[in-house]
Amino acid sequence: MIDIKKVGYTYETTEYKSKALDMIDLNIKKGEFVAVIGHNGSGKSTLAKLINGILLPTHGTILVAGLDTKDSELIWEIRKTAGMVFQNPDNQIVATVVEEDVAFGPENLGLPQETIRERVDESLKQVGMTEYMKKPPHLLSGGQKQRVAIAGILAMKPECIVLDEPTAMLDPVGRNEVMETIERLNKEEGITIVHITHFMEEVIRADRVIVIEEGRIIIQGTPKEVFKEVDKLQDMGLDVPQVTLMAHCLRKEGINISDDILTVKEMVEELCQLL
Amino acid sequence: MLRDITIGQYYPADSFVHQLDARFKIIVSFLFIISLFMINDFYQYIPVIIFVMLIVKISRVPFKYILKGLKPIMLILIFAFGINIFLTKGEVILSFWIFDITKEGLYQAFFMMMRLIFLITGTSLLTLTTSPIMLTDGLENLLNPFKKIGLPAHELAMMMTIALRFIPTLLKETDKIMKAQMARGADFESGNIIKRAKSLIPLLVPLFISAFRRADELAMAMEARCYRGGENRTRLKILSYTRKDLIGLIFVGFYITSIIGVRIYL
Repeated sequence: MIDIKKVGYTYETTEYKSKALDMIDLNIKKGEFVAVIGHNGSGKSTLAKLINGILLPTHGTILVAGLDTKDSELIWEIRKTAGMVFQNPDNQIVATVVEEDVAFGPENLGLPQETIRERVDESLKQVGMTEYMKKPPHLLSGGQKQRVAIAGILAMKPECIVLDEPTAMLDPVGRNEVMETIERLNKEEGITIVHITHFMEEVIRADRVIVIEEGRIIIQGTPKEVFKEVDKLQDMGLDVPQVTLMAHCLRKEGINISDDILTVKEMVEELCQLL
Repeated sequence: MLRDITIGQYYPADSFVHQLDARFKIIVSFLFIISLFMINDFYQYIPVIIFVMLIVKISRVPFKYILKGLKPIMLILIFAFGINIFLTKGEVILSFWIFDITKEGLYQAFFMMMRLIFLITGTSLLTLTTSPIMLTDGLENLLNPFKKIGLPAHELAMMMTIALRFIPTLLKETDKIMKAQMARGADFESGNIIKRAKSLIPLLVPLFISAFRRADELAMAMEARCYRGGENRTRLKILSYTRKDLIGLIFVGFYITSIIGVRIYL
């Protein structure tokens, strides 16, 4: 689905140069749920913008569904295929009514009116916002706004959605709403998800986790594989889920407990067996 | 405190006037303004009063709302009234100090005030009965023919939509910044005008910076959603004239004939 080959990106102004990404190799399969974690300034947002063709790689190539992002004629096809949701829900909603905003993407694609109507209704249903169709967006909560933004992308029928810290500005309730929506889209609609985040609880739900630090991929694998490396992650200043950390500490104290515990439920089962 | 401002002041209802096509209403408002300037005597206001009253009645907009629309222009009204009453030369009926009130002045002052009041009520009926989105769509549509001579109709309409979309967001932000500055001891309420204007600087600077940041992010989000200007763009809602507009047209026809008729025969 997304093929990133030896990609580097350097931000360049007259005053300074900074390397955001360095020789990234990554292949994301269709239908996969990939989570990307890393510090502020680790290059994870840059990666998202490269996939959508907002930024073009300084080195290497990125193929989205076989289309090269460097080819300016293909750019709209790429943006249609790989939709992007941003961090601040306020700054990505264009229209003054929810349904008008969801229609913005398909309108830009020049689809006939009936098709737009169908897609708007369908997308709003998929994110569970149908009843807010006629509401002005500024009266919605953060989580609802972000779901509207996701609906706006869905209305373009993408094969892949890149989400750049969509939950960073939301409260726990909103975060849960958004995560459930994303998971459902991945499981039920088979949409490839690239989810960039700070929150470790969200990472657990992914098929694959990628840890980026200083523009390089440091660790990648299933959540269980990645969170085994507690020390390495903590050295980088990244969190691990609390239960995983607890299991890690217990192991250090010489208690024979498995090192791939990610959820409270797993922890309880493991502890019960020990007792 | 800033939340009370309603720009575009749309009054949602489901009346006949609300259901008329936005383009039709814009044109009618335009004709209405022209008709007001054709009037040159008091009695000619009779058809205007009937016309405005009828529309207000049909539109189901409370009369209170219309009067509220006049409040912000009260100062202009008084000013225009004063200028006319004191500066028109003619037969003096009352005089004190250096001021002379003339018969012609009195007449002129009331005449001008009526014109201003009708101008405001007539046009505010347009914004009261048309949602901002419909209004921008209508404007874009009407300006489309002028694209050939280089008028950026789509861009103008897009700008208006985005402005309308961000008014509540920026108002909320202003409120937030104001409170943050007040918590640090900023004073927005005391002092003379110059001092108060100066105290707005710590409010405006962060507001502008954030507006620019928002603009940048919005532009990126719009591009990510394949926005590339008005070309080949379709719409979810297409404006269309209905039978109601025909009825409206006949109604307006009556109005214009009566204005012209009154002017010629009375």
